[in-house]
Amino acid sequence: MKLTKLFLAVFISASTMFFSCTPKDSDVQAKITEKFAATPDCAGASATVNKGVATLTGEVKDDMCKMTAESTAKSIKGVKSVINDLTVTPAVATPQTTTPDSGLMQGVTDATKDFPEVTATVNDGEITLTGNIKRADLPRLMQSLNSLKPKKINNQLTIK
Amino acid sequence: MSALQDKYKQLIDAANSSGISNLQVTEQDNVLHIDGDAPNGAAKDKLWDIYGKIDPDFRAGDLILNVNVAASAGTKAKVTTDSTALNIRKGPGTDQPIVGKAAHNEMVTLQSKTNDQWWLIKTDSGVEGYAYAQYLSPQ
Repeated sequence: MKLTKLFLAVFISASTMFFSCTPKDSDVQAKITEKFAATPDCAGASATVNKGVATLTGEVKDDMCKMTAESTAKSIKGVKSVINDLTVTPAVATPQTTTPDSGLMQGVTDATKDFPEVTATVNDGEITLTGNIKRADLPRLMQSLNSLKPKKINNQLTIK
Repeated sequence: MSALQDKYKQLIDAANSSGISNLQVTEQDNVLHIDGDAPNGAAKDKLWDIYGKIDPDFRAGDLILNVNVAASAGTKAKVTTDSTALNIRKGPGTDQPIVGKAAHNEMVTLQSKTNDQWWLIKTDSGVEGYAYAQYLSPQ
């Protein structure tokens, strides 16, 4: 029992000493902010520090930047661990190039050949379907037409 | 996330998880375009099954699902017509003369892909020509 108390006392005093040597959260946070500002890859990232745990928030441009910000924060004295809540800005994809009408027309003719009751017209990159089709045939026709890369398909078919 | 991406979320998630390469999800004039190359016919069918569940009549006109099977030369493909034989043509187009036929369920060999619609194929009996890709299922 006495021994336990002794250990407890040693532990408490040791931890008090340990914490007293630890830099203040606000100082650590300021250092991280300073470092982020000097690192272009970390643009958009910010940090808050609580009991030595740095939480990173904000939006960075890619995964590489997310990693860089995390290692930057870890390198600051006083940071015990890092919670990386950074998000990556989604890449802006280039718009799809759709097929011009002339190319679409040939493709539509081929795709509807086996469906004599279907009439397809092409205008300004859009395919408009009229007429009749069996439900079972609809997915196959739609798959063919979708792979032609039109801007839009207006399905006005009567499905039987 | 846009309303369209939200509507087709299940489809986009499935595309992300089924190994679709060159996957691109874009929006243009209120139409969502999903483009990519499927590793096999099953992956493509899965996406179309999901699309069919979200919009059973394919009538909303707000999605172009352009995911095609990426098959390389030498790949065997099965003729998946409903029941009839598949026309093999001299050139890529239904206006081209028919040079032969491949039977329903016959296995043919892919020579090259002209585009997503027409593939140059060769039958085991040696007939070579263009067939409509929609009726070919790479194995």
